[in-house]
Amino acid sequence: MIIVNGRNKLEWVEGMTVQDVMDKMGYDYSLITVTVNNEIVSEDEYDSYKVADASDVKAIHLCHGG
Amino acid sequence: MTENSIFSRNVDGMTEILTRSCIGIAGCGGLGSNAAVALVRAGIGKLILVDFDNVEMSNLNRQYFFVNQVGTKKVEALAANLKSINPRVELEIFNVKIDPESIQELFGSADLLIEAFDKAESKKWLIENWSINNPNKPVISGNGVSGIGNNESLTTTKMGNIYFCGDGVSDLTMGLCGARVAIVANMQANLAIELLVSEN
Repeated sequence: MIIVNGRNKLEWVEGMTVQDVMDKMGYDYSLITVTVNNEIVSEDEYDSYKVADASDVKAIHLCHGG
Repeated sequence: MTENSIFSRNVDGMTEILTRSCIGIAGCGGLGSNAAVALVRAGIGKLILVDFDNVEMSNLNRQYFFVNQVGTKKVEALAANLKSINPRVELEIFNVKIDPESIQELFGSADLLIEAFDKAESKKWLIENWSINNPNKPVISGNGVSGIGNNESLTTTKMGNIYFCGDGVSDLTMGLCGARVAIVANMQANLAIELLVSEN
């Protein structure tokens, strides 16, 4: 089981990548910042970065304006 | 006037720590200019200010500039305004467009980075690059500042050493209001001060 954004539980699957987590959560927008266990995952690693069981995954949507 | 008297009403212990601290500010618009003012008033020792833009009339609804500065470089105008608050603050200014390759060269010496860009795409690469190269140094992003009111939606989200201040949803197509943008800029500055003081 992994935790997404501190509240959503997702069943862990062997070999699961960050992109798999995003797909399962329905996060289809590209302007996000993602961390796994408080470590940044850059966009070019979403497909290859393996998420371990019991990981704490966070994804936040970035907004224009400043 | 003695400059030290500027900080005589500061919280005990903060001035000494801030005086020897350096913060980088990426973008000197609505978020960056207002955060910089708050940090200088708090007693920050050094700021690294980077922006490639000039001051425009449409900036004056939310950015810390004045009519007589329209047409001048933002970093130079902001530096002048900050020096008017505390002449002793050390300012390193760069009138350049930041790209992923230059982040470390520009801001590598800073203790902490304030992300104050306008575009979400730019926020993304700035946060990612900073965090990969400086995993132990915080970055504080302004995220969701548009519209008016809705104070209760403005919060801070922590993801390791990455912090997001704002409502996390509003988009600039709603328009930007100085009152709300400055709240978030001051949330960023307030958090930066807290992080520096708590770890020293």
